[in-house]
Amino acid sequence: MSAKLPPGLETAPLVSDWVRPDGDGFAVRTGRAELGQGVQAAMLRIAAWELGLPVERLTITGPDTGASPNEGVTAGSLSMTQGGAALRAATSAARVLCLAEAGRQLNTEAGRLAVIDGAVLEAGVDTGLTLPVLATRVDLDVPVVDHAAPLGQPLDADDTSRHDLRARLTGAPFVHDLSPEGLLHGRVFAPPSMAARLPDALDLAPLEARPGVVAAVRDGNFLGLVAETSAAADSAAAWFEARLEWEGLPIVPSDPHSLLEASTAEMEQLEVPEAGLPSSEPVIDITCRRPFLSHAPMGPSAAMAQWGDDGLTVWSHSQGVYPLRDAMARVLDLPQDAIRVIHTPGPGCYGHNGADDVALDAALLARAVPGHPVRLVWSRATEFRTAPLGAAMATRVRLWMEDGHLSAARVSVTSPPHSTRPGTAGHVYLRAGAMIEGGTPFPPAPDLPANRGNGAARNARPIYAAPALVERKLVDDLPWRTSALRALGGQLNVFAIETGVEAALMAEGLDPFDGRLASLEDTRARTVLEKLREIGADIIGTEEPDRSWGIGLARYKNVAAWAGVLAEIELGDDIRVTRVRAAVDTGEVIHPDGARNQIEGGIIQALSWTLKEAVPLDGARVAAESWEDYPILRFSEVPQIETALIHRPEDPPYGCAEAVAGPASAAVGNAVQRMIGVPIRDLPITRERIIAAVSEA
Amino acid sequence: MADTVAFTVNGKAVEVTADPGLPLLSALREDLGLKSTRFGCGSEGCGACTVIVDGTARFSCTLPLADVAGQEVRTAEGLAGPDGDHPLLTAFLDHQAGQCGYCLPGILMRARALLDRGEPVDRARVAQELDGNLCRCGAHARILDAIMDAAREMGVAT
Repeated sequence: MSAKLPPGLETAPLVSDWVRPDGDGFAVRTGRAELGQGVQAAMLRIAAWELGLPVERLTITGPDTGASPNEGVTAGSLSMTQGGAALRAATSAARVLCLAEAGRQLNTEAGRLAVIDGAVLEAGVDTGLTLPVLATRVDLDVPVVDHAAPLGQPLDADDTSRHDLRARLTGAPFVHDLSPEGLLHGRVFAPPSMAARLPDALDLAPLEARPGVVAAVRDGNFLGLVAETSAAADSAAAWFEARLEWEGLPIVPSDPHSLLEASTAEMEQLEVPEAGLPSSEPVIDITCRRPFLSHAPMGPSAAMAQWGDDGLTVWSHSQGVYPLRDAMARVLDLPQDAIRVIHTPGPGCYGHNGADDVALDAALLARAVPGHPVRLVWSRATEFRTAPLGAAMATRVRLWMEDGHLSAARVSVTSPPHSTRPGTAGHVYLRAGAMIEGGTPFPPAPDLPANRGNGAARNARPIYAAPALVERKLVDDLPWRTSALRALGGQLNVFAIETGVEAALMAEGLDPFDGRLASLEDTRARTVLEKLREIGADIIGTEEPDRSWGIGLARYKNVAAWAGVLAEIELGDDIRVTRVRAAVDTGEVIHPDGARNQIEGGIIQALSWTLKEAVPLDGARVAAESWEDYPILRFSEVPQIETALIHRPEDPPYGCAEAVAGPASAAVGNAVQRMIGVPIRDLPITRERIIAAVSEA
Repeated sequence: MADTVAFTVNGKAVEVTADPGLPLLSALREDLGLKSTRFGCGSEGCGACTVIVDGTARFSCTLPLADVAGQEVRTAEGLAGPDGDHPLLTAFLDHQAGQCGYCLPGILMRARALLDRGEPVDRARVAQELDGNLCRCGAHARILDAIMDAAREMGVAT
């Protein structure tokens, strides 16, 4: 074991916290949430390798404050790096303990024993002992670290499909689908802004008199209802919504960039090169911007809550059941162990979405009907209006070149905070928690620190071998709530840096690959670029006046996976991305098909951000209510994608879900830049913006 | 005003007593317990609620229950029949075509309605047909691959 423990082993140190015998196999537990990314399939592979069993003989349960290890939040592409390492250590310890017991029973050295299909073999001969049976005779309540000796990945590891996919195709696996006995249905009235207030003299009697309504719940500025049926809840909610006037909406411009620019917050230097920056003018000085982005999951956020004699139980698709439990305990003034939060699948999760907030909403509604489970599904409009937004940002990049290579860089990031999760900086950060009478504070949020990969300044340090000054202006007083969205600041920072680098290379007539390689010492980044050039060979050199390609490169958080993306675009009536190639080095690949799926998904989502997405604002109010107001990439707009994984079995796994976001966006921008000769500074990149950039040039 | 509406779902006769204006989606999920059909937006904007009514793909979130009286409704549950899986379900599992899967039953129904028409389709035609169905995880390429596999299996691929 390495000196630094995976965080899960600090809170759940015992072998039995992670793995127990179960029939002719084992039951394993993980504190990492299945968010649609396939993490459970990867965890099962790890456990199967260590326990010498086929995946089919394992069961897995996910986060549950009543049962699972506390692994914090499932975020940051760290599930394999941290959670996989913890489970690998724990299951390997189980194998070691069982084989030691087998050695005692057989009066032989454990080293002579092997496990195949769960059976213990001595020098290749079946001993009649099995690992699951041995595990029932061994004390598993012992520390993982005293016994772990991971085998790692067998060479013949074949692919494993996701055991949960069938239910997602034809069944009812989601928190939205729970229907226990006594179920009631909740709805909430979403304020247009967190600062908005309900009128003091709000008469709730007409709402309570609507057909099927069981209770109208008001606590401070939190308002909702509980009804007998989903249809009655919808009907009563629509009726009252049309009569409801909120007060105290802050007056602000609808353009967040004017506020970011005008903010007097300090530009704080995070990284300063020893030798300083050149005194000459930079060859490139460009500012790129992105609008607010919506998580826009396919299903609105949802939760179910039930108050009983023992306290509160909540079923939630949160990324972090323990932080959510602790935050709810503070809002509701309950001891932590009076609340149990059970992770239940939800629609795809791309960061800190509405899952935590809707869980508290459901708990507040259910408190009015003790004993009854209350299922709350936000409306689509509530989802758009109130779920945390991905931050609007501006990143200024200045570059100096010398003899065809990058000699210095200055990257200046202006952004609202990227993390307002329950527990961030010790705060509650639950929306309704701040709205109820005497509620918990919702203070301005700090940025994520460097040891968490930074938030606004994520990937603001260029990957190239040049001194860089990195600075950040955190604007924490905007009226829109922002939190973590896939890659955080890394998407825009990589877009801005790579746009600047491309402009610098074009100015000197340098090739995108050779020009980058000249400034790149990181050998794995170089390998990724060479691989990208190889798999992009059928695109490179096929440019036409209306067809072009570009590349983007980054190492996620500067410490995790390396990703290079090549995008081909065509400019006609609209801009289309036609073909994409990606080369990714994510260290050890645990589940190749799962990794590819995540990479493809990360690319397509980033293309959607890059080409289409912007949250419309009406002052402090999010003005999106339906998909018409927030278009995303559609099937006919999706390119053909080819991915090359550079498998490094000797290295730790780095995670891959977020690594391609910045490079994919940059590749599209650079394809446009190489076509029209000037960079596009503002996302999303639309035909109108391309025409404007050409006419300004 | 409650009415009793009779129709078939996946070949089985059912009756729902409810306000005839109730969206079919609500009747399927809450009254009949058929929850593969999902609520996404409630305004025909995402396709998560897509079902097949008398051979045509429809948004069940806005379709009044009364409109399906006497008609034949198909949902994703019907792809996993007692006689084995429909080629579309097999292909989606083979391709691991999905991530969170929230959008998939609606996409399966849109695809089935298209393939059942029996007209030859290619990948571009399938993609165009699916433009009313959104996927946020970015599983589009695999989904199209899976549908084309099923189309070949069903003999309707060009």
